[in-house]
Amino acid sequence: MVDLKQMERVGIQLVRPDGHLTETGRDVWERMPEDRKRAFYQWMVQVRLFDRRSVTLQRQGRIGTYAPMEGQEAAQVGSALALGKEDWIFPSYREHGVAMVAGMPLDRILLYWMGRVEGNRAPEGVRVLPPYVPIATQIPQAMGAAWAAKMKREPSVAVAYFGDGATSEGDFHEACNFAGVFRLPVVFFCQNNHYAISVPFSRQSAVPTVAERASAYAIRGIQVDGNDVLAVYTAMEEAVRRGKNGEGATLIEAVTYRRGAHTTADDATRYREDSEVREWTEEKDPIARYERLLMEEGLLTPDRARKWEQRCRETVEAAVKEAEAAPAPPPSHLFAHVYKDLPPELVRQRRQLTGGDETHA
Amino acid sequence: MPEMTLVQAINEGIRFSLELDPSVVVLGEDVGKNGGVFRTTEGLWDTFGDERVIDTPLAEAGIIGASIGMAVNGLRPIAEIQFMGFIYPGFEQIVTHAARLRTRTQGQYPASLVVRVPYGGGIRAPELHSDSTESLFVHIPGLKVVVPSTPYDAKGLLLAAVRDPDPVIYLEPMKIYRAFRGEVPDREYEVPLGCARQVREGEDVTLIAWGAMVPLAEQAARILAKKGISCDLIDLRSLYPLDEKTIIGSVKKTGRAVIVHEAPKTAGLGAELTALIDEHAFLWLEAPVTRVTGFDVPVPMFALEDDFRPNLCRIEEAVDQVINF
Repeated sequence: MVDLKQMERVGIQLVRPDGHLTETGRDVWERMPEDRKRAFYQWMVQVRLFDRRSVTLQRQGRIGTYAPMEGQEAAQVGSALALGKEDWIFPSYREHGVAMVAGMPLDRILLYWMGRVEGNRAPEGVRVLPPYVPIATQIPQAMGAAWAAKMKREPSVAVAYFGDGATSEGDFHEACNFAGVFRLPVVFFCQNNHYAISVPFSRQSAVPTVAERASAYAIRGIQVDGNDVLAVYTAMEEAVRRGKNGEGATLIEAVTYRRGAHTTADDATRYREDSEVREWTEEKDPIARYERLLMEEGLLTPDRARKWEQRCRETVEAAVKEAEAAPAPPPSHLFAHVYKDLPPELVRQRRQLTGGDETHA
Repeated sequence: MPEMTLVQAINEGIRFSLELDPSVVVLGEDVGKNGGVFRTTEGLWDTFGDERVIDTPLAEAGIIGASIGMAVNGLRPIAEIQFMGFIYPGFEQIVTHAARLRTRTQGQYPASLVVRVPYGGGIRAPELHSDSTESLFVHIPGLKVVVPSTPYDAKGLLLAAVRDPDPVIYLEPMKIYRAFRGEVPDREYEVPLGCARQVREGEDVTLIAWGAMVPLAEQAARILAKKGISCDLIDLRSLYPLDEKTIIGSVKKTGRAVIVHEAPKTAGLGAELTALIDEHAFLWLEAPVTRVTGFDVPVPMFALEDDFRPNLCRIEEAVDQVINF
């Protein structure tokens, strides 16, 4: 359970914004395999470049309205890397980083933002649900999936990803409450990026942290610096371990910042000060601090960083090409999966749409 | 063959489902130790234990949301919402997720689950306990909606609903939970979704009803028969999908139709049935399709519920009207 006295506003931090490890951070670091240390960096760069490219694609009219996640790379990559293939992910619409790490192909993520349902479907063995658009509705479902895992005696957790705005919804409360009552292996992962579109966290909650709400449900609550990939990973790893050990649910609050607008249809300058954005961009950037750490530890050179960036750009471009080359779905696909077997009225409506041409049905 | 009430037959259906399929779980408020406020789940908690017959916190969105998550992860949940008037906090989970998860994931996660809901009036229940908002659910693509009106159908429809690959809203007419007994086979059987029941054969007018309106329409048909009017009575059983063949076939035979439902008139299911008949049997009609429904007012407190709900007199009047058009 959360210890309010020990909890600082910024939460647990293992890598300081200047790239230096804290004392505990050093311990964690020493025990961490090298490929994992690299994976944090590689994924964060990949995710950021994908995100920036997506914003450009939207401006060019090549994808629809897009929800940028720049600034939240550490929260997403750090948490997703702590999950196994057996774990379930119930994301919101800003979790492209999580989805990518979990195995969602980049071109499918792009297809989603091109308004295509194919982008919702994860490959076989990738337990990522489609983005949940109505706020907080994924949280009770993650709780239910975790419940099923518990009943089936399967060692897996379900993770609900959501933002600070979602904590005002009843669904958040109901899910936390069930999870506490039934001691379910679920992780509630809140990226507190400070704004629900334009409304600041102070308008969502009179208590200063999301994490402390956990005590009301007798689940574990923990606040981490969401821009510290090592801290996020460590918190998530522990939450997953506890879940699988039958120790119940954890509410993780990753304190981070949505650097861009809510979506490409939003103008964040209407409600945020430049100085605030600058502070989070220049002083608290999740990638810059980790890059510094890796370089100091001799795991990264500027040259290798450039090469990796180049490779990521190529990966993104290949995904863009793939997504844009995907053949348009036939109109009959409207009816493809509404029911397992189409009722007569829907068969008629499909015929009406296709003019009787059922070849692509 | 054992005779039982509707509520006992539903209990039997749930019991069989739990016995036959280890992935079936029952969850809801008071469904466990208490056996449900209507005793629909009586004895199931004792037999199947706390892990499969689960008393949940009092939270409809939580119950339905959890059920969807369970279905995603391989269980077959039967969720109970205590009264239809209380389902609305869970409505979002039904409409935005249960109904369209199959479409949204291209068949990957079909959200196969059953939501059981006692509905309708006529039992002098407290305020806001007597809603009949079935058309809200019928309107949502991706859902199926069924209503039994006999003990036989109650068990068979429940077994079919639990095995159905799509999410099913299973409505239970409270008024006739214990109104009569009927034969219910002590074995596994299904009443298929999408099939209406021909309750009574007649030549002059088609009566269409479901739930607690079926016995009322049956009574009306008996009275009308004495006056020389023979009614073809159809119990829809399945509100979505509709058994178009039976409905249209009957109207083509009789040339007249009266639809009886206790939900308010405007945009009720009667409107959809009227359009269906219009589209498929217009040239066979001898009179406009007529509706006998609840009035377009909020469901009243019980002092006035008999005035709100369709009754014999109103059904007879409507039949007279279509016969003498």
